[in-house]
Amino acid sequence: MPLFIKEFLNNFFNPTVYVVISIIGFVVMMATYRVWTKPRIAMGLLALMVLFFIASWSDPNFNKIVTKPDNVPIVSLVFILGFFLWLSLRQAAINDERIERGEPPREATEANDRVLVWPDLVYSELICMVIFTAVLVLWSVFIPAPLEEPANPGKTPNPSKAPWYFLGLQEMLVYFDPWIAGVVLPTMIITGLICIPYCDKNPKGVGYYTLKERPFAITTFLFGFIVLWVTLIIMGTALRGPNWNFFGPYEKWDVHKLETLSNVNLSEYFWIHLLHKGLPEHWFARELPGILLILGYMFVMPPLLAATVCRKMFQQIGFLRYNIVILHLIVMAGMMIKMVLRWTINLKYIVFIPEYFFNI
Amino acid sequence: MAKKGELGRVWDYVVNTQVWRSVMRHGYPDTPRNRSLAVLANLILHLHPIRLRKSGLRVRYTWCMGGLTFFLFLELTITGLLLMFYYRPTAEYAYNDIEYLRADVALGIMRELHRWGAHAMVISVWLHMMRVFMTGAYKPPREFNWSIGVILLVLTLLLSFTGYLLPWDQLAMWAVTVGTNMARATPVLGHEGPGASLVVVPYAEGAGTISVVHQASDVRFGLLGGRFVGAATILRFYVLHCVGFPLIAAFLIALHFWRVRKDGGISGPL
Ligand code: HEM
Repeated sequence: MPLFIKEFLNNFFNPTVYVVISIIGFVVMMATYRVWTKPRIAMGLLALMVLFFIASWSDPNFNKIVTKPDNVPIVSLVFILGFFLWLSLRQAAINDERIERGEPPREATEANDRVLVWPDLVYSELICMVIFTAVLVLWSVFIPAPLEEPANPGKTPNPSKAPWYFLGLQEMLVYFDPWIAGVVLPTMIITGLICIPYCDKNPKGVGYYTLKERPFAITTFLFGFIVLWVTLIIMGTALRGPNWNFFGPYEKWDVHKLETLSNVNLSEYFWIHLLHKGLPEHWFARELPGILLILGYMFVMPPLLAATVCRKMFQQIGFLRYNIVILHLIVMAGMMIKMVLRWTINLKYIVFIPEYFFNI
Repeated sequence: MAKKGELGRVWDYVVNTQVWRSVMRHGYPDTPRNRSLAVLANLILHLHPIRLRKSGLRVRYTWCMGGLTFFLFLELTITGLLLMFYYRPTAEYAYNDIEYLRADVALGIMRELHRWGAHAMVISVWLHMMRVFMTGAYKPPREFNWSIGVILLVLTLLLSFTGYLLPWDQLAMWAVTVGTNMARATPVLGHEGPGASLVVVPYAEGAGTISVVHQASDVRFGLLGGRFVGAATILRFYVLHCVGFPLIAAFLIALHFWRVRKDGGISGPL
């Protein structure tokens, strides 16, 4: 790959651009699911991805990250997830066209055929097992498991990263304090997932692939899984280097890279920049604007939404379910809002009460 | 099935011995009845129903992902057991034992099989969840099984996380340090969590208060068995990794499979 493209890409990418592009990509993917899943176009996309990897392979910095033994699953994840996204949305596209023509989904045509578990299922399971055993053995023979130096509490590696599947949460540490990024968000991911079946009252779409019959549910789920979970993991693995600084895909991980941080709290914006006064002494007075904002966001907005934009949803699923859904959605949206505020006005904390470790 | 020729006679003899009959309660599975019995009379196979929807058999429907996850769970159990022969969970020995495994143990790919299998299981369990979601298979009557699944997902991550520490190299120690540092910010229960400084008890009449949640008493301390990731942490993580979480996971997987059957088999259009 020519140097000027590499340099352009290195300079072009930063966390803002990366996240914005992944969101745009996601929106385009969902909006055009009937087009890009056509086998030929999908093959073209795959070819582009492979081409990107081949062209980048000889770059030492790119190569170093991609070929690190523990990163192999993450690189494969890009392709595997791409494949399964294609597989599910392709089937959804086919079914949605059938449904529009008034035909039942493809799965329904054989739903009443019952086949015996022995031999049909047992054999496919066996084949699956044999293939996967072979894959694992080959993988293990060719790529030895790494072992670094012995643990040394006195020597902190830079960067220090959590296990790869938590890197999305570690990325959130840039924007939130640990009690949110490390405790509240994971908890809400779990409760949110558990609540899905009890809150989704849409009876359609059981047992077949579709997007048209459950657009909201699927879009929300995939947005959380792909944009907020997987792409942030990829960024955390490949593009976050020493001091958790952002590095372009072909950039050397320089420990001395400096990123000036001059983030400002909302209280300072409000009292100093807006009212031209000093910060109030007491934390409560100082943080009142932020506290009101958060309370409004958490408790005033849901009923407002219920009365306006989300009226239909509120009527369909009722008070309790609505509040559970909206609470999780609001927190999910809150993540994005805080990110955007950081990018645009360098906002550090909306509420900043270090006296009680309570910072939002 | 009666087979022809010399071999057939041997076969017939063998399958009619008391020993064979005591083990296999049915004939060769080539009739519907015997095929049903093949599944019914087998402890492992009877996790399956006898029949299933043809659409549920299709790889393009299930992606075989739940099955793959289960396969990886079994693979990890077996390779993990073998690794336990060589590994001692103490700060003195852990690292050297892994090095020994790497350098000196014949046919030593157990560690690789275990490590790569664990990565693969994390991915396959996500993909399984995605397929269940995309087919709407969590909707009634399968709500509860989805919830069990979510707990299994969490357990998978916890299993992987506790295992991450055991090689006791720099990667292990610091990844777990970064991961568990979050715990000190747990609201109320972590010493740097919001509200923790409010949990206090009076020291003596008029002599101020002492905090209850501090560095040596918060959830992180309980998790690590100390203020830092150290010898006590290895032992804790080892016990959870090799005994605690696998037992819970095995139980929940059994429940998960049971519920797949009780909820009417693999989902399909109504
Ligand atoms: C250790 C982890 C897990 C194992 C071993 C496992 C295994 C399985 C297997 C073998 C099936 C049969 C159908 C198939 O293969 O797709 C299944 C179905 C199912 N799984 Fe899991 N699973 C696990 C985790 C999960 C997770 C994380 C979820 C969701 C959050 C989940 C939800 C379900 C549901 C709802 C079904 C019924 C699907 C249907 O009827 O179409 N499972 N699981």
